[in-house]
Amino acid sequence: MLDIQKVRRDFPNLRTRTRDDKPLVYFDNAATTFKPCQVISLTHSHYCHRTANIHRGVHYLSEEATAQYESTREKVRRFLNAASLSEIIFTKGATEAINLVAYSWGRTFLKPGDEIIISGMEHHSNIVPWQMVREATGCVIRVIPLTDKGELCLDEYRRLLGPRTKLVSVVHVSNSLGTVNPVREMAKDAHAVGALFMLDAAQGIAHEPIDVQAWDIDFLAFSGHKLYGPTGVGVLYGKEKLLEAMPPYQGGGDMILSVTFDQVIYNRLPHKFEAGTPNVAGVIGMGAAIDYVRTLGWEDIISWKKSLVEYGTRVLTAVPGLRMIGTADNKTPVFSFLLGEIHPHDIGTLLDREGVAIRTGHHCTQPVMKRYGIPATARASLAFYNTKEELDVLATALRKVIEVFK
Amino acid sequence: MDNDELYQQVILDHNRHPRNFREISPCSCQAEGYNPLCGDHLNVYVRLSQEGIVEEVAFQGDGCAISKASASMMTAAMQGKTVEEARALCAEFHSLITKELDPGKETHHLGKLTVFSGIWKYPSRVKCAILPWHTLKGALDNKPTVSTE
Repeated sequence: MLDIQKVRRDFPNLRTRTRDDKPLVYFDNAATTFKPCQVISLTHSHYCHRTANIHRGVHYLSEEATAQYESTREKVRRFLNAASLSEIIFTKGATEAINLVAYSWGRTFLKPGDEIIISGMEHHSNIVPWQMVREATGCVIRVIPLTDKGELCLDEYRRLLGPRTKLVSVVHVSNSLGTVNPVREMAKDAHAVGALFMLDAAQGIAHEPIDVQAWDIDFLAFSGHKLYGPTGVGVLYGKEKLLEAMPPYQGGGDMILSVTFDQVIYNRLPHKFEAGTPNVAGVIGMGAAIDYVRTLGWEDIISWKKSLVEYGTRVLTAVPGLRMIGTADNKTPVFSFLLGEIHPHDIGTLLDREGVAIRTGHHCTQPVMKRYGIPATARASLAFYNTKEELDVLATALRKVIEVFK
Repeated sequence: MDNDELYQQVILDHNRHPRNFREISPCSCQAEGYNPLCGDHLNVYVRLSQEGIVEEVAFQGDGCAISKASASMMTAAMQGKTVEEARALCAEFHSLITKELDPGKETHHLGKLTVFSGIWKYPSRVKCAILPWHTLKGALDNKPTVSTE
């Protein structure tokens, strides 16, 4: 079992005191997670003792930094169980990873009338890049609808699939509803009609171990900062044969083998997609975050988060007038809710006074808000380092909010 | 200022019972205001007399307590003002919530609107308070849509 107090000591940010010296209750983990000391100290030591550019120095520091950077690629490969290091591309985040596929694969291979399927619970980062591809290629976007509980209508998904479907790109875990989608099954369905399957794992990466080979995922995107790592760094996983066929996304240093004014020869994978000096310290820090999660162990993380879902659902639905948005059978501890007629912004400001940090608004999922006919929600999103006592603090604070507006 | 001051009785009261919460039809001018960050959305309607006096300002829409109370109090404050005075009050309110105007030390025409004086401490809420005022200014300037982004 997870020793929660011991784990919490790894995250200095959890000791923050907020307004009026209140202890912080951090429930905005779907926006970004805190970083353990292991990540902070490795990043710090890179800047103190190992600063160098990678892949081209002959000196000691550059070789050290290159080795650390490339060893993170191996950590990511193992973390996702990818077949080869060529399949791991470092990006600045999940958003850039999706844009890379949309730009490079989408604009090269999609023709007018080809179809892309996304879902009604996508983050804007898995909607807008495809709309840009649609403008450039004339392809068509189809959308899997949601049920009242916030699950995907899988029957409707299967009806949307057809010979014109070229790509299915869906979110693994919804940032605004907490729903965990049955993506292994969905990938199988996509492949049955010859379509590719892309997974937006921005939230899912911290939810459960992902095996891209067993799940048969063609492309996958995630960000380091939602996995207890630094901001500004992320990963695109792609099957090697797909990445090989795709043109570079950006031009610059490191992505070439040779350049003359008449000709350029692109570098091999994965460097073909990593133009310019990358976020070296960020990548190394993300490697430390992956080590941290592996050391802690998925089994304990999963069972603790499951108990937070159960407990949170119980104590929050007991608050008078609270309406939960997103009640999927399989969900992560993300609680999106409305409280009577009180506007989510007011809830957020009043909870802040109690030291509770939540997010309010549309969470970059405006179509989800439209689906449920609401302008915004208040969202408490938990990580494995959160506790049941913190959920009690939230529930008590919500009762105080009700008092203010009585 | 803490939240008790932010959510003062007068603000809570205007949120619960917003004044002039309706459409004016026909009106002299109107505008639609939108804050894409939080989804706040309102319409502001103005009826002017032939002499250019604000006879009525009303609003309709969805928003948080701060934006709703701000809109409600604005509609009450505008009544009987000339268009020039109305514009000047918009400017004063803007100065108040961005902390450029200290209502304790400088002369002003804000009256009860000074309840919003501490909102600068909550940067994420300043836009909520200012949205109705930008929208009113949009109506007077014949700008039919206003966004705070």
